[in-house]
Amino acid sequence: MNQQMVMYEEEFNQINTVCDRLTREANAKVVFLVDKNGQLIASCGQTDNLDTTSLASLTAGNIAATGGLAKLLGEKEFSILFHEGERDNLHITIVGGRVILVVIFDSRSSLGLVRLRVKKASEELGRIFDGLLKKVEAPGAGSPFAEITDEDIDNLFTE
Amino acid sequence: MSFINYSSREISCKIVYYGPGLCGKTTNLQYIYAKTNPEAKGKMISLATETDRTLFFDFLPLALAEIRGFKTRFHLYTVPGQVFYDASRKLILKGVDGVVFVADSQIERMEANLESVDNLRVNLAEQGYDLAKVPYVVQYNKRDLPNVVSLDELRNMINPTRVPEFEAIAPTGVGVFDTLKAVAKLVLTELKKGG
Repeated sequence: MNQQMVMYEEEFNQINTVCDRLTREANAKVVFLVDKNGQLIASCGQTDNLDTTSLASLTAGNIAATGGLAKLLGEKEFSILFHEGERDNLHITIVGGRVILVVIFDSRSSLGLVRLRVKKASEELGRIFDGLLKKVEAPGAGSPFAEITDEDIDNLFTE
Repeated sequence: MSFINYSSREISCKIVYYGPGLCGKTTNLQYIYAKTNPEAKGKMISLATETDRTLFFDFLPLALAEIRGFKTRFHLYTVPGQVFYDASRKLILKGVDGVVFVADSQIERMEANLESVDNLRVNLAEQGYDLAKVPYVVQYNKRDLPNVVSLDELRNMINPTRVPEFEAIAPTGVGVFDTLKAVAKLVLTELKKGG
């Protein structure tokens, strides 16, 4: 079973820094990070008119379907996906076997540049997520929900 | 698995609507989408065939109120019900926090219901989940149709462990929100235990 995904302020800032830099260095329009279950972790760049929640869910679905194909062919996974459009392109990679890094770019960048920058960013992100996992596994890292009451839960639904 | 984000103070959970083909999973989501305030919902996505049969999944993000300072979000997914889409169903169950089984109450769909519950159990087990331990509710849909099986009989066949159950008529919304609230409550209760 997958482990519970938790994000803390410190790691969130580190991740954002990496994503910001990747956006700049790869000349990308948008960079976002999604966990394999479809939850958006971070997004950088021109995200104003973008439905990032839907993007996250569809990206995870895409990766899941491609992973299913890989298994059928006896591959562990297809770790890089590239979708080419008339205007925008999507570059999708799996980082550390756990999270999905998506770069949206247009003709101001190139696939080669994106691949190069993604490689470096992936290594950094991999390290951050390794650290995060250790932190979550450490004793005393309890859920903030341990103390919620049945009343709290009921209140969510009384509107 | 739920995702707790301390930085944005959000918690996201994944709920999957499961059941045989044409039992009303997508209709449940469509009703929820239609009756939810615009600020509490995102776009509903349906990956469907030209004849409106679910091909991969439907997706509906919902935002509920805050709980202990954390914004609670529920991501609702449906699976494709048709038997031959099993590979896709398995993928959608990944990382699930709660399951709604939507049963078709019509007598001629009983076999399909049973097959689908079995399929749910097997596919969950493949992901390392035990149906008996996952937050799980059952909805008996299409109660307005003339040829339905009695509630007792449905219960004995589909819900032997007596998890929370609801009668529903999804197109008019009967039982739809009761079902959603029940599974959401179970998911949050589970989170509380996991702390």
